Amino acid sequence: MSRFLQIIFFALLVRPVLLLILGMNVRGREHLPKKGPAIIAANHNSHLDTLTLMALFPLRDLHLLRPAAAADYFLSNRWLAWFARNIIRIIPLERAGMKKNPLADLEATLDRGEILILFPEGSRGAPEQRIQFKRGVAYLSKSRPEVPIHPVFMHGLGKALPKGSWLLVPFNCDVIAGPAMHWPGSTADLMTGLETQMNALADQGHVPSWE
Amino acid sequence: MPEALSQNVIWALGVIYGLLIVASVIVGILKWRSPGKATTELSRRVTSWWFMITIFTVAIVTNRIVSTVFLGLMTYLAFKEYISLIPTRPVDRIILFFAYLAIPVQFTFAHLNSYGLFLVFIPVWMFLFFPMVMTLVGKTEGFLRAVGTLSWGMMITVFALSHTAMLLAAGPSAGPAGGAGLLLFLVALTQFNDVAQFTWGKLFGRHKIVPKVSPNKTWEGFLGGLGSTMVVAALAGPFLTPMPFYYAALAGGMIAIAGFLGDVTISAFKRDLGVKDSGGLIPGHGGILDRVDSLTYAAPVFYHAMHFFVFSGRI
Repeated sequence: MSRFLQIIFFALLVRPVLLLILGMNVRGREHLPKKGPAIIAANHNSHLDTLTLMALFPLRDLHLLRPAAAADYFLSNRWLAWFARNIIRIIPLERAGMKKNPLADLEATLDRGEILILFPEGSRGAPEQRIQFKRGVAYLSKSRPEVPIHPVFMHGLGKALPKGSWLLVPFNCDVIAGPAMHWPGSTADLMTGLETQMNALADQGHVPSWE
Repeated sequence: MPEALSQNVIWALGVIYGLLIVASVIVGILKWRSPGKATTELSRRVTSWWFMITIFTVAIVTNRIVSTVFLGLMTYLAFKEYISLIPTRPVDRIILFFAYLAIPVQFTFAHLNSYGLFLVFIPVWMFLFFPMVMTLVGKTEGFLRAVGTLSWGMMITVFALSHTAMLLAAGPSAGPAGGAGLLLFLVALTQFNDVAQFTWGKLFGRHKIVPKVSPNKTWEGFLGGLGSTMVVAALAGPFLTPMPFYYAALAGGMIAIAGFLGDVTISAFKRDLGVKDSGGLIPGHGGILDRVDSLTYAAPVFYHAMHFFVFSGRI
């Protein structure tokens, strides 16, 4: 039932809105994973980031996509929690006071053959300003070295719907996917590799100033 | 209320589809004889033409409201591309939101054929409104750049392109094929001129006109396009407009010259920003703004010439 609702939500609401109100220029679509398990690592500017990434996939693959999201925010009230769990199908992450292995849920996702959407910046932060990736993605890659990491750079959604605003202003946005990476053997190498990839992807787009 | 679509418009659309089939066959042969990047690109362009012409056809044969909404949507997409390409300020999001809202208002004035409101709404009221809001919001860094780029973008996209809807509303003075005939005359000739300029330029182009702005534009292409467009205008004018063939040829000449100027103006804007295409919506063409660049000049020039000389009965 919720899979059906998810497909309806994406086909009738998300896709038309993205097409008409936003308008995506997608590059490197061929680099996106065609099956799981896989990790998508993207920069984070807006709530729309997750919906946009999910809308790039065929409807029949929607159920494979699992965005990792902050439990304290998305499970904060009943309605949002229902929506987050059943329509977006997030993997809730506890941001504070973790006791057991904090990556356990993410590893389980990958072990089920799903496609994990990660925003290693951790938070949406100031719109359209990239911040350094947190190292959780590297720890995850270390424990599941066979799973490819697909870097995706996004621009424009933080202008359309930045953190703290409810007014959606139309802007075209760029989604640029790069070739998949694998665990290079060390956390430092992975972080540097990802950073280099993200910079290279950002250079492919046109990013006008926003300040 | 819906005006019956003139038979002449249907015939003209038939001719356009005929040309499209001829173009597809030629490009198909070219692709078969010399496969490569250039011919693949050309064939993508022709495929996109099929889509664009079909959407345009559906929009103008349905009824005038649908046509106007379609033109408004096209304008919205062009304005959105513009806004997305230029530097903007987070503090101006609310003003950009109002700027988007101005589009349906402007197209409503066009639909109602309220010439006065249509003319002053953007150049006077919006022109005064944007800096007012920016001033009240109170951020002065980048004020001039923000208000300057927004006002120019509003004029070159929304105001200029809304003249297409004004043609539709011309009513009985629009001639034998009605407003739809005038719109078809303008849009078909503008696009024909683009293709003719491109083709003449590819075949004979040697002398560049504005090498720093648009290195592919040559005098040979421009004059070849101008001549071809005038001939087609003279042939089509008597069916689609109230003009005899000689005035129609002159109107075609104006469309060709204005179309060229619109094209290079948008090129100058893109070059300043360091982008090649305004977007990626239309395969082989780029964005909407890349496709309607010529219309940004041709639509106001053609409309106001029609308004002054033809609708008024001066000629």
